[in-house]
Amino acid sequence: MPYIDLKNVTYTYPLVKEPCIKDISVSIEKGKFYAIVGANGSGKTTLCNIIRGFIPGFYQGEIEGTVELEGKSLEEYTLGELTSKIGYVFQNPFNQITGARDNVYEEIAYGLENLGVEVPTIRKKVEEVMELTNTAYLADKNPFELSGGQQQRVAFASVLALEPDIFVIDEPTSQLDPKETERVFDIIDKMKKMGKTIILVEHKIELIAEYADDIIALEDGRVVKFGEKHDVLSDLSLIEKGIDLPQTVLLADELRKMGIPAKEKIITKQEMIGQLKQIMGK
Amino acid sequence: MAFIEFNHVGFAYPNGFSAVEDVDFQIEKGENIAIVGQNGAGKTTTVKMMNGLLKPTSGTVIIDGKDTRNFTTAALSRKAGYVFQNPDDQIFHNTVRQEIEFGPHVLGYDKEKVKELTEYSAKLAGLSDEMEENPYNLPLSIRKFVTIASVVAMDTDIIILDEPTAGQDIRGIATLQDMIRELKQKGKTIITITHDMEFVVNNFDKVFVMAHKNLLKITNPKEVFSDSALLDESMLKRPYISELVLQLGLPKNIISRKELVDYICAPV
Ligand SMILES: Nc1ncnc2c1ncn2[C@@H]1O[C@H](COP(=O)(O)OP(=O)(O)OP(=O)(O)O)[C@@H](O)[C@H]1O
Ligand SMILES: Nc1ncnc2c1ncn2[C@@H]1O[C@H](COP(=O)(O)OP(=O)(O)O)[C@@H](O)[C@H]1O
Ligand SMILES: [Mg+2]
Ligand SMILES: [Mg+2]
Repeated sequence: MPYIDLKNVTYTYPLVKEPCIKDISVSIEKGKFYAIVGANGSGKTTLCNIIRGFIPGFYQGEIEGTVELEGKSLEEYTLGELTSKIGYVFQNPFNQITGARDNVYEEIAYGLENLGVEVPTIRKKVEEVMELTNTAYLADKNPFELSGGQQQRVAFASVLALEPDIFVIDEPTSQLDPKETERVFDIIDKMKKMGKTIILVEHKIELIAEYADDIIALEDGRVVKFGEKHDVLSDLSLIEKGIDLPQTVLLADELRKMGIPAKEKIITKQEMIGQLKQIMGK
Repeated sequence: MAFIEFNHVGFAYPNGFSAVEDVDFQIEKGENIAIVGQNGAGKTTTVKMMNGLLKPTSGTVIIDGKDTRNFTTAALSRKAGYVFQNPDDQIFHNTVRQEIEFGPHVLGYDKEKVKELTEYSAKLAGLSDEMEENPYNLPLSIRKFVTIASVVAMDTDIIILDEPTAGQDIRGIATLQDMIRELKQKGKTIITITHDMEFVVNNFDKVFVMAHKNLLKITNPKEVFSDSALLDESMLKRPYISELVLQLGLPKNIISRKELVDYICAPV
């Protein structure tokens, strides 16, 4: 049985003529890491909101088809049940900061407080998460007086602290420096190894190629390709759909055009290093 | 005298936190500069001092020969336009058109000129078909273009873009590249903060590297990426191809895909 199952989902925002999610059917397995890729406006965030259950609830509009979690329609879950099962990191970190607390430490603790977790446990978890996300040095700061990248890490940390089974994460690294970006991918990898299910929207395609299992590629509200990462990310036709492909794939293609027989489906750095060593006879 | 001058500039926020310590540089008119560096380095704080959103708490910022402390906010906003890192800090109108028109209107341009500037910058930002949309119904990445267009429409000599590449897809990046090229041709001074190293390599000759509240170095893309100590200190990463090349022990000066293909295909 699929863990999360979308069947023929079509969704139209209120007061809009055309649906922005068109007949999407995807099955998500437990414990896997899925990356959603697609051009701007292709429906990535909207799809996240559907999986999280904010659509149609919060946004209203018209939805067709079914969305099930563990065999039960999302509508049958209470708000509380979904909140504790699915952690959602918003695209704009500013929207994640509750403003209910005036320092970063308490901001990260806030969700746990609401779940009624005991104080010593909250402390332990918050400190662990701050360590993991390199936010400990921000503990006493006001969450609204942070740099963009710092705020994005605090938003991510506040969801990690809740230890949900499923993470829906919408572009968590858009404002991060390269080192912090890698840190986020390492954390996600760690979550996956703990058995969590990950659904990540991200443009940094080389990192997706290294870390993800399966890719959902969207174009204009439709799934144009869905499957194992090597199969999806080596499909050169995705470029016309506004989807970036790994440098390795483009490099191999350019080499082939120059008459050098580079293999297909090379998507990670190690795979490319092996291939180039072979080509250059090392 | 340079067009933009920072003389030992420091800035502390009202809560007492010192975000920028001692930054010293000059930018000539028409220069096109990328600012890179780790999160919290002080990039946003620094550029906000160029259009007077923040005034230095030590040292002086001189724009076109005049200390920013002696400018009125209105006069300075005619010189330098700043696109916020978070578009939602900037947008407050109900349609894209109103949002873009607002700047030139406030600067006192006549109706015709406002219309011309609005349409020109909307086209440059790829928004011509979205003019009657509510910005909040657009994806965040497109909202960023709305804020860019509203600043470009003010036709200022200096245009400051705070992380325009964040969350952009390949078409968004291409639009940005075309836009920067065109504005450069018009003689604008463009200052762009970004974490996208490929974007830096492809579009900028001059790079400011910031870390720990200071400007570490003024350099160019080739040099930044061959200076390992500098990269480590400022938490930067080489472009992907550059890393590949290093791991293979190939010549360090190869930083783009084309250069690598040429190298591999060159007769030995
Ligand atoms: N309003 C504020 N009040 C107090 N401190 C602030 C405020 N805004 C930013 N800071 C602090 O100033 C420092 C520099 O922030 P700044 O926004 O300039 O960084 P940045 O280099 O732009 O980082 P990023 O890449 O994350 O956007 C950070 O340590 C940040 O926490
Ligand atoms: N609140 C809304 N009301 C109406 N249309 C919306 C709303 N939010 C997003 N849209 C539209 O839905 C489409 C998909 O948007 P989104 O899911 O944010 O795309 P992505 O995350 O892939 O950039 C876009 O055409 C966008 O303009
Ligand atoms: Mg989105
Ligand atoms: Mg910033």
